[in-house]
Amino acid sequence: MQALTNRAKIMERKPMTFLESIYLWNIFKGMMITFSHIFKKQPTIHYPEQTRPFSPVFRGLHVLNRDEEGRERCTACGLCAVACPAEAITMEAAERLPGEENLYREEKYAARYEINMLRCIFCGLCEEACPKDAIYLSETFAPASFTRQSFIYGKKDLLIPDVTKQPLEFAEAKGIKN
Amino acid sequence: MTTLLAIDWALLTEKLILIAIIIFASLGIALYMTYGERKVAGILQDRPGPNRAGPFGIFQPFADGLKLIMKEEIIPDTSNKALFILGPGLAMSAALMTCAVVPWGDHVELFGRNIALQIADINVGILYVFAVVSVGVYGIMIGGWASNNKFSLLAALRGASQAISYELAMGLSLIAVLMTTGTLQLGEIVKQQMAPGHLWNIAYQPLAFIIFLVCAFAECNRTPFDLPEAESELNQGYHQEYSSMKLGFYLFSEYINMFISSAIMVTLFFGGYDVPFLNESLLSPNIAALVGIIALMTKIVCFIFFFMWVRWTIPRFRYDQLMNLGWKKLVPLALANMLITGAVILLWFNK
Repeated sequence: MQALTNRAKIMERKPMTFLESIYLWNIFKGMMITFSHIFKKQPTIHYPEQTRPFSPVFRGLHVLNRDEEGRERCTACGLCAVACPAEAITMEAAERLPGEENLYREEKYAARYEINMLRCIFCGLCEEACPKDAIYLSETFAPASFTRQSFIYGKKDLLIPDVTKQPLEFAEAKGIKN
Repeated sequence: MTTLLAIDWALLTEKLILIAIIIFASLGIALYMTYGERKVAGILQDRPGPNRAGPFGIFQPFADGLKLIMKEEIIPDTSNKALFILGPGLAMSAALMTCAVVPWGDHVELFGRNIALQIADINVGILYVFAVVSVGVYGIMIGGWASNNKFSLLAALRGASQAISYELAMGLSLIAVLMTTGTLQLGEIVKQQMAPGHLWNIAYQPLAFIIFLVCAFAECNRTPFDLPEAESELNQGYHQEYSSMKLGFYLFSEYINMFISSAIMVTLFFGGYDVPFLNESLLSPNIAALVGIIALMTKIVCFIFFFMWVRWTIPRFRYDQLMNLGWKKLVPLALANMLITGAVILLWFNK
């Protein structure tokens, strides 16, 4: 058949010679290739000891933020829950009582705030929806666990430590090593 | 009459101790060969290999063994139970029996006794090796057949026909070696190679060595001849229905086979426990024996590494390629080698 293009390569299929057919020379060549790999650098990252750096736009576990006086920023407006495409966020609002001004920044706060990490797709829409800058996504991910219940993160898991009361824990949560 | 019944208790104890040492050493070496295999595989593939259990992962074989022992033991309902249990035992014992005739060293002098470091220096040493290796295929055959599984049976048939085909070329290649050595006794073959002015047999019979090496790969069911356990075609191969330590025995016997065939190859072609350029007779016998054992083990380890290196380099042969290589290439080559060796000995040396 006439070739349509000139790119077709005509293969020559000769029967193997006796020396080729006992494969030894080609096996030897292959073994030299594998042997050279002994001296190659291993690209392995030994995970628990070494970690791959995250990119600056990495979206990991959520953190509920506080303001500079250590008051919770969240006002339980529910915009994050509405924005969440995976419906992973639930919350219950409560009114701030007199004397709690140092705990909550505004008159309304989240009494219960839960994120189901098994539902969450880490899209970051909650972070974008939040008008109070109260929720943001950190550079860690949810550790493995044996029960589904343990993947429902409540306020005590999400809330960042108070910078005025627990500066050490705060620094740790921020990833600032002393 | 009393002399007939009298048992040389000292000899018996000495041999029993030697057997125990050699068997446990073989098992220990096989245990660490599984670790070595994984490590070599890793390094050849640019990754570290097992490195979590202990420093550099050296406790990995114990973790693997523990895992195998703790697994649930399943004996299929429709299997032939007696043979199903016999299979792995046979594979294991056949693998271990070969080490009886390998000379592990010259001799040591302990408690005023002259102890040979060989369990039995029988005058048909090589024939014994061949006989026991042939029994080894029964382990695969019986295990595969008794499982009552079609894949196992197919794999067992493959294993049996492969072993039979390659035993032929192996035997023929060895005839040439035996013509030059003139003895079947393994101890004697090593002593000949140690003699001053005499090179290792590899120098006289390189072709026989290559054929023997290829056949040894086939006999051990190692890649590229591991067709009995070709996962892609036969699921798991002849040990598909096996679990727990029975499976462990099969896997383990492969490593012991590898160790023993390395030992046989070293003995036949690489001077056994001979250290090149060293006159062992100048040393005291115990030190010479120690040096000899170390030399033998070094050579064996090199061969084991070679086995692993080949495994992680080349893919498995197709079944027709395997048979072509065995019958159309290796057997004629071995025959030609035998004829040429015979002609040279007859015409050149006029023996």
